[in-house]
Amino acid sequence: MKLLFDGIDEPGLNTLPVYERRGGYQALRKALTMTPDEVLSNITESSLRGRGGAGFRMGQKASFLPHGDMEKYLVCNADESEPGTFKDRELMQKSPHMLIEGIAIASYAAEINRAFIYIRGEYSHQADILEAAIAEAEQAGYLGQRILGSAHDLNLVLHRGAGAYICGEETGLLDSLEGKRGNPRLKPPFPAIEGLYHGPTLINNVETLATVPTIIRLGGAEYAKIGTETSTGTKVVSVSGDVQRPGNYEIELGIPSRVLIYDLAGGPPEGREVKFWFPGGSSAPVLTKDDLDLPYDFDSMAKAGSMLGSGAIIVVDDSHTVLEVALKLAKFYAHESCGKCVPCREGTNWTVKMLRRIQSGEATPMDLDLMASVQTQIIGNCLCVLGDAMAMPIGSMIEKFRDELEAEIEAARERAATGELEDVIALGVADEHAGPLPVH
Amino acid sequence: MSPPVPVPRFGHGSRVPGWDEAVDLTKPPATIPDPATTPVPQELRDVIEAAMAKYPDRRSAAIPALHAAQEVHGWCSPEAIDQVATVMQVTPAYLTSVATFYDMLETRPRPKHHDVYVCTNISCSLRGADHFFDAMVGAAAEHPDVHVSSFECLGACDIAPMASVDGEYVGPLTTDDAARIVDDLRAGRPVLEHKQLRYRRCADPGVAEGAEEFAPPEPDVPRADTAGLGPGGDTLDRPGPTAPIEIPVDEAGAGNQAGAGNETHEDDE
Repeated sequence: MKLLFDGIDEPGLNTLPVYERRGGYQALRKALTMTPDEVLSNITESSLRGRGGAGFRMGQKASFLPHGDMEKYLVCNADESEPGTFKDRELMQKSPHMLIEGIAIASYAAEINRAFIYIRGEYSHQADILEAAIAEAEQAGYLGQRILGSAHDLNLVLHRGAGAYICGEETGLLDSLEGKRGNPRLKPPFPAIEGLYHGPTLINNVETLATVPTIIRLGGAEYAKIGTETSTGTKVVSVSGDVQRPGNYEIELGIPSRVLIYDLAGGPPEGREVKFWFPGGSSAPVLTKDDLDLPYDFDSMAKAGSMLGSGAIIVVDDSHTVLEVALKLAKFYAHESCGKCVPCREGTNWTVKMLRRIQSGEATPMDLDLMASVQTQIIGNCLCVLGDAMAMPIGSMIEKFRDELEAEIEAARERAATGELEDVIALGVADEHAGPLPVH
Repeated sequence: MSPPVPVPRFGHGSRVPGWDEAVDLTKPPATIPDPATTPVPQELRDVIEAAMAKYPDRRSAAIPALHAAQEVHGWCSPEAIDQVATVMQVTPAYLTSVATFYDMLETRPRPKHHDVYVCTNISCSLRGADHFFDAMVGAAAEHPDVHVSSFECLGACDIAPMASVDGEYVGPLTTDDAARIVDDLRAGRPVLEHKQLRYRRCADPGVAEGAEEFAPPEPDVPRADTAGLGPGGDTLDRPGPTAPIEIPVDEAGAGNQAGAGNETHEDDE
């Protein structure tokens, strides 16, 4: 079933005439004939869960916003930086009007008159496309004052970021949108009560908002019949890494993960097999090949000790070592940590150093315990979940691949003893690509 | 235990090089620059003022404004920051704090040049990004105007290993492409046109099957890229990983429309 990807490769779908010919903006017209509360109850009935990572129900989040006449904001989180995730990129590039329509409907439901799309700075091509689409929509009266003759106004602004993973975190994003460094804020108060410019703010992912027109078109109850009971609807899943056909696949939630990885994405190259996989972007604890038959939905992933996250599957096959992947991962989070909370800032950097020690033959199996304890001390002790996002997968790797890591430690020690690893040791904790680890 | 290894230290006993470079500790903090003594190019002023008008709070325009200043000056130099501070009526220190936070704002001097960001994050490195990065550094070694850096996930793992060349996403790359990228950049051509992301089809086979409007195969029909923003003159479609989705005869109009969108966009620029 294709809801978001229906005809997405049609040439010119990013322009208004083609989108309208395919039935675009009919959902907005329909929504404007209903009261905001009716629209909101449709979204609530659909049980749509946020597609950005946390999986929080959108209708519930929107209902937290206070009613009444005040400055409220809607922010679309298009800062897609989670390694392995590229679904929003394809949606924005090929069907930007679907997102704009979703924003218009959601803002009507929550009685919001100002909306922002925060897009990561690297997506310049997609930002150009969105900017052109916003101008078209304004021209046609789908945005701006008195949308389609109703009493609803909406001012939509595209805001380009400048390259920082932390700005994908909702409160970091708000600070960045206010023109500051993207440091996360203390929660509560949650953005729904006090967010952008201290006003109540509804923040949703691109895919979540792009799904809203479909919900209005089908009706919330009808949409809830798709997928499983607690994970309704379809989801665009980005599959990457060691598979033969990496790409975005729209699936009904609840299909077996094996279908997704093997039938759709083609599985690992000939002669190799899946060693482990991240079910929800690089921040999700890893699953092994024994978990391939699990249904791909929010609850099954949570039950297996991982999470669906942003819906990005990264497959690692048996030609790669766990250490190599763990080190890449830790280096990424150490680079992107904003430095505000000590457990994250120090924990990520020390994890990199400890993993490097394994590589250079200076580690002992006790270091694995130390590293595991560092991970548990990061989780839950910071303002945002960036540190957790490293601690969870690294912790799961130590737990599930301890034998391999111990063998690696031993092998590296033996090689170091023969003087083979002089180069690696000389590198120390430096990043071979980017010079010393940045200190913010 | 072996004797402690001496740790290299920098000024003020810090182990971090350059921690005090940006500031002169003996100077009083800078205030908002005086518009009378800080000339700002009119074009830059217009861009910044237009950006400020979009937000309820003018400080929200900090990133767009610094971006614009970086376009003019090549990097966020003290002069560029002073100019932005004058127009935005904020202190240079505030803007410096922003500029140093974001990867795409340069706070070190550099000439205007081409940027090649090579993604070396997990998905790309599983598919050989580190080899490509080495090849790219090698290919650009003799060309100081091509600046190669490794970058975190750029959100295009479907074309891994990939790179963003002056903002244009290209992939999947092999080590042979490194020299091609440098050649294309120096010749002023579109970079690796046949590998640009903008032409890529959706990988999902259901997209082709489900869309009844994409009916009978009709080879040789030229099509614009799905975004309709391709480089001038190029309207040929590049098939993605799935079987090519062909355009039916009566749909040719849509292809033309996309082509028209293409021209309009270029007029805008």
